[in-house]
Order: sequence, then C-alpha cells, then structure tokens
Amino acid sequence: MGESRKISLSVNGKTYEEEVEVRFTLADFLRQQLGLTGTHLGCEHGVCGACTILLNGRSARSCLMLAVQADGQEITTIEGIAPSEDEMHPLQEAFRDNHGLQCGFCTPGMLTTLIEFLGDNPDPTEQEVREAISGNLCRCTGYQGIVAAALDAAQRLREANGA
Amino acid sequence: MKPPPFSYHDPSSVGEVISLLGELENPKLLAGGQSLMPMLNMRYVMPDHVIDLNKVEGLSYIEENGGTISIGGMTRQRELEYSDVIRAKCPLMYDALLQVGHRQTRNRGTIGGSLSHLDPAAELPTVCAAHDATILVQGPNGEREIPFPDFPVAYMTPATEMDELLTGVKIQAWSDGHGYAFVEFARRHGDFAITSAAAMLEVGGDGGITRASLTVGGVSAAPIRMNEIEQALIGQAGDEEKFRELCESCREIDALGDVYASSEYRQHLATVMSRRALVKAYDRATGKA
Repeated sequence: MGESRKISLSVNGKTYEEEVEVRFTLADFLRQQLGLTGTHLGCEHGVCGACTILLNGRSARSCLMLAVQADGQEITTIEGIAPSEDEMHPLQEAFRDNHGLQCGFCTPGMLTTLIEFLGDNPDPTEQEVREAISGNLCRCTGYQGIVAAALDAAQRLREANGA
Repeated sequence: MKPPPFSYHDPSSVGEVISLLGELENPKLLAGGQSLMPMLNMRYVMPDHVIDLNKVEGLSYIEENGGTISIGGMTRQRELEYSDVIRAKCPLMYDALLQVGHRQTRNRGTIGGSLSHLDPAAELPTVCAAHDATILVQGPNGEREIPFPDFPVAYMTPATEMDELLTGVKIQAWSDGHGYAFVEFARRHGDFAITSAAAMLEVGGDGGITRASLTVGGVSAAPIRMNEIEQALIGQAGDEEKFRELCESCREIDALGDVYASSEYRQHLATVMSRRALVKAYDRATGKA
C-alpha cells in the first residue's frame, strides 16, 4: 500500500468519505472501492471511452483521472442516470428500442457521453452524433443502432422538455 | 495496468509549484492528464512525485487585448473550443481544436499540457508554430518568454528547464477576415494526425496574397514552418495548380518514419495537406468558403 489520502466526493448524489491510495485511478476507485461496477474499463489508456463518467456534468474518462482529483467534485456514473429504481432515463429507453446495444460493454460510456452532448446540443444532426461518440468504441453494433438511439433520445428529451 | 507508486502534491500557487520542482527528486507535472495518465497507467513514466496543477490558481484564462490573445497554461481545450475570443480572433485554433482528441478528452486536456508534452503530431503546438506564439514560463529566477521557434529543442522535448513551469501562451491575432485552415490526415477521427497542415493567408483587394503562414505537423520531430513556400506565396492569386507546384518542396522535409507511415508517405501527405490547407484558407479569405 502506497501513500493514501482522505477524500470526500459526491457520486450519484450520495456523499462518500473514503481513504484512497493516491495512485488509484478514479475508475478503479469507483469500481473497486465503491462497488459501482457499471463504469467499465476497456483499454485503461484513454482510447475506448468505456469508462466515461460525468465530472461536474462534463464527460471525462475516469481511467485518465486520479481518484484524489475527484475530492470535492460531483461525479455521475451510469448507475446514477435513471430517475428512479423502476424508471429508465429517456436515453436508456431509446437505446433499448433502437437496438443501441448488443453486449453492452461500451454502453455506460456511450450514455454518459450522450447525456452531456444532448444537453449542449438538443437537436443534433446524424453527423454531429457520430462526432460526439467518436471517442467511444463499440465492437458489436456497427454504430447504426447507437446513432439511431441517440437521435431518437434527442427527440424524446426535446418533447419531455416541451420543445 | 495501474500507475506505479508515487507521492502526490496539489499546490495552490505557481510559487509552490516552482519550490516543489526545486526540492523534489524525479517529479512530474500533471495538467489535464490526457497524455500523462496513459503513460502512468502503462508505466512508460515512473515519477517519484506527481505535482498536480489542477488546484493552482490563476492559470486558466483567455484574454484579448489590442490583438494579443493571452491564454493560461491550465486552460482546458474545451474552454478554448467554446471561447468567442478564440473563434473570432484565432479561428485557426478553433479549426484545429475540433480535431484534438474527443469531447471527453477536450473536457480535461489543457493547452499547456499539450505544449509541454509536445507530440509532433499534436494540433495545438502546430497552431502555435503557425502563429509565432510566445511561450510564458516561470522558474526560480522569475518569468521568461520563449519564442515558439526556440521552444521545441528535440523530439517531444520543450525548452522549459526542469525547475520551470509553462504558465501561458501569447498569440498575435491576424487581421480580421484572414483565411485559415487546419487540415489533417488521421486513420480515425480524433486520432493523432499522421500529417497535418495549418495555413493562414491575408489577401489584398486584387486577389493577391499579402501575408502567408504555412506549418506542417506530424512529419518532423516538431511542427515545421515552410518559410520558402510562404515567401513564394506573396503576390500569388489562389491558383490551385500554383499551390500544388509550391507544395512539392514538402518532399524535402526531414521526415520521421514509423510502423504506421514511412517517411516518404509522410512527405507525400505533407504536400497534399499543405495544398488543401492553402486552397481552403484562400477560399475563406476571399469569401468563397
């Protein structure tokens, strides 16, 4: 065990106070220490996008941050996006309805990335969606279902927001 | 795959950073982490101390004053991408930023980190070369300025000393209405470019070029300004065949080769990217694009 520090952070609205080894990535901290295994680790060097989380509402790769750097910050993981236990986020519904996933490994990163993107750009073109998910690798779907799901979700979110 | 053990420091002022750099053995500065963290995860680097710059105050800003754009070293790529100042006064940088990594990495990555890492294929050092940027550095003896041509001293090696911190960049804006283009060839969107080209042109009322900047990235150990082509462009109109002829001299660049692209292939791409950048910049300067 190397040097460690005490950190306090909010994950999915819940405050955690934890002692963490300073060399621990945020991804390993979320998965191993908090047991939030919905955040997936593919490449662990910033290429695949599977570990994407929201840091103060902005998408970021949790394998490219130290857990100590999340001290005092607000993190949202895939476990935190649905409004309740028995309700899904419109983006999750759109992924289900459009065959936006097969094995599901890339899905947490796709969804967290798209939540931020659709907040910035509620009415994107297909090309803009493709650019937004260019940092997320999917080896199953060929991206067609994912892009369709993102566009469908954008519409659902616009309707939900009364646009 | 985990970072090796290190001691972690999170200073809040530039002065503390400089002191730590002077005191500690084998330290490494952590800015946005989008290059250093992969290198730590893969243990390409094994620092004894990591000095995190994310809590240092006063290093994140974008200001414009009389045509001089000042950018703090810890300014995130996302902030530059969404900055009205950058879009209006340094549109070449905006063009380039859209090709820097991905949304998730631009949310964290910083301009100072990119310049200090100095990957030959990285977009922001190429933009700084194109603009003759000035690099601001602080060390134990105070501040100093490094003109960009003196900044890269070797492959991925900036001219900052071991006890110095890159604190910012100063860029002179070109005249309103100048043409610009950043084009690159990469295997996938967001990958490091195999070769890139950055062009800026000012065009007079008669359609003749009055000022030119052409930079090629990813080919040599550092971004390279094509001074001879720039001089030959003065007075030219936007004739693509002429651009093609002038860009042939890119085949003489001392080019790197690796498993992805031979040096000859990079030289060839340099001619093509340079021509495309010049055509697009000229069209933008003359309102055609």
